[in-house]
Amino acid sequence: MSAGTPTDTQGTTGNGATAADPVFLAQREFHPFEAAGETFLYLVPSAAVFYLDEPSVAVLQALDTGATSEDDLVTALAPRFGEPAVRRSLAELVRVQAIGLTSAPKQTFPRVLPQADFPLTTMVLNVTNKCNLACTYCYEYGEDKIVDTTCDPAPNYMSEETARKSVDFMFEQSGDLPVAHLAFFGGETLLNFKVLEKTVAYARERAVELGKDVDFSLTTNGTLLRDKVIDWLAENRIGVTVSIDGPKEMQDKFRVFKNGMGSYDYALPKIKRLLERHRTRPIGARVTLTRQTLDVPRIFHHLRDEVGFWEVGFAPVTTADGRGYAIQDAGFDRMLGQFEELAQEFLEFAVDDRHHGFSNVKDTIEEIHKGVSKAFPCGAGLGLMGVATDGDVALCHRFAGSDDHSIGSVHTGLDRKRQFEFLGHHHVANKTDCNTCWARPLCAGGCYHEAHVRYGDTGVANLHYCDWIRSWTNTCLEVYGEIAVKNPGYLEQFES
Amino acid sequence: MDHLKAINQKARRIQEHVSDLDVIGLESREGPNIPLGCSLVFAPGWEVDSTGGTAGLCQPVERDLFDCHLACFWPAHVPDQLNHAPDWTGKCAAAQKDWRKIDLIFP
Repeated sequence: MSAGTPTDTQGTTGNGATAADPVFLAQREFHPFEAAGETFLYLVPSAAVFYLDEPSVAVLQALDTGATSEDDLVTALAPRFGEPAVRRSLAELVRVQAIGLTSAPKQTFPRVLPQADFPLTTMVLNVTNKCNLACTYCYEYGEDKIVDTTCDPAPNYMSEETARKSVDFMFEQSGDLPVAHLAFFGGETLLNFKVLEKTVAYARERAVELGKDVDFSLTTNGTLLRDKVIDWLAENRIGVTVSIDGPKEMQDKFRVFKNGMGSYDYALPKIKRLLERHRTRPIGARVTLTRQTLDVPRIFHHLRDEVGFWEVGFAPVTTADGRGYAIQDAGFDRMLGQFEELAQEFLEFAVDDRHHGFSNVKDTIEEIHKGVSKAFPCGAGLGLMGVATDGDVALCHRFAGSDDHSIGSVHTGLDRKRQFEFLGHHHVANKTDCNTCWARPLCAGGCYHEAHVRYGDTGVANLHYCDWIRSWTNTCLEVYGEIAVKNPGYLEQFES
Repeated sequence: MDHLKAINQKARRIQEHVSDLDVIGLESREGPNIPLGCSLVFAPGWEVDSTGGTAGLCQPVERDLFDCHLACFWPAHVPDQLNHAPDWTGKCAAAQKDWRKIDLIFP
């Protein structure tokens, strides 16, 4: 009954191996994909990617119609590939759990929670909840806001003291990690420039005392950049992400000042100045896609080629159903087509070992190469936390200031009980809709904030974009497979 | 492996881990799909209580009997369910609740 080499019989002797009973084999969970004329398997939930040779493809195809006995498979395929090759291929597919015995006990995947002292890698500081723009779709101020900052007792600007406390909290929670990452977020971060300066200096001081390293990043709308600020960003090697939606007519559609005036003409010269003077870190653009501004290749090429960003990342606007700027079903299809177009461009660049800058595909390929299989969609409440202006610690920056999503305070410490209640409740194993989806190792149900805005519950899977995620993940797998065949050396940059 | 080739890092780790394992052989072995050996199963009250009797067991002695019959190789005397007494546990759906309903069998 054994299908392997003589050395493989270890553990099967004695205890009555039943040579007479047929062994039935069936497919387990995987997603096959084609790239560069070859067939690959993406295994679920391990997230391993294997290349398949011809006999293995034939075995899997033979099992497409349902469970088949091992002997029948061998009889059917031996004329084409020879019995030893078929048996060997069967054994290998079983080993990696692409197929399995029907008699084997049903596999359950335990809901393993991270250890209690899981270290904090990134802390996002909401240094202000004020903004000089009034972008219509803003999740902080717009129709779908979680916290009403006009009535909330929390201060509009984070104080120097709270920021220092946050830095202490970050280092304390970072455990044994050698590097802590501090990200500044808002509101518009540069409205609180004084506190930014003081906080960076303080964090550097503390890092030296603790023998650690600290890394900074900041998100801005670009309208308040001036030489003094830019030089400070460059000197401190602060990674900058600029929120910008594309060429003038797209940027000015939603990214407007409070009087309704578009911000493109005002921000662009400042952004160009930033790209010119800040050379110590690559600078990225972050685009919010809406129904009215859905032209991904055009936005990408404008921002990379005409403005000069190193990379550009896209995300569809977070919104409740039915908002005027929400991307609807047909829009998701269009967006997918445009993403695929850019992904092909990315592929051509990667094969030639050139930098492209479409960060959505690069980030996903990195996760595919590492074989990331997520229990949680992101690090929120785990390796990443957001701090509100008053020092309340939230799951992430998108929930900063929300009492319902608070897991402690930098003043009084982390509420471990609440944190683990949240993690226990949000594990992918609890999302029954995800349990049969092959894309769950990468998606795990999607953004908590998105789910909260859409369904009023952070624990729900984002069912409105499942098809989109599966199609996009498939595209990224194809790009990945293609790179693995044509220029495997490119993937080494993702190995740690 | 000859027919599959590991492409990503996770696949390489799996390959290293399972390269010489005959999974078909292991999985098609006869036997119960539970951990073998009573020490791996939490069943307090095994056989005798602290006084050497059965009155103070955490679970009734019949629970042990039932446990041996269903899941364990322990050589307890249980009725011959194949030939002589096929229904001796018929009224006992859950041993801990229904143990009183286990039939007594006289040869």
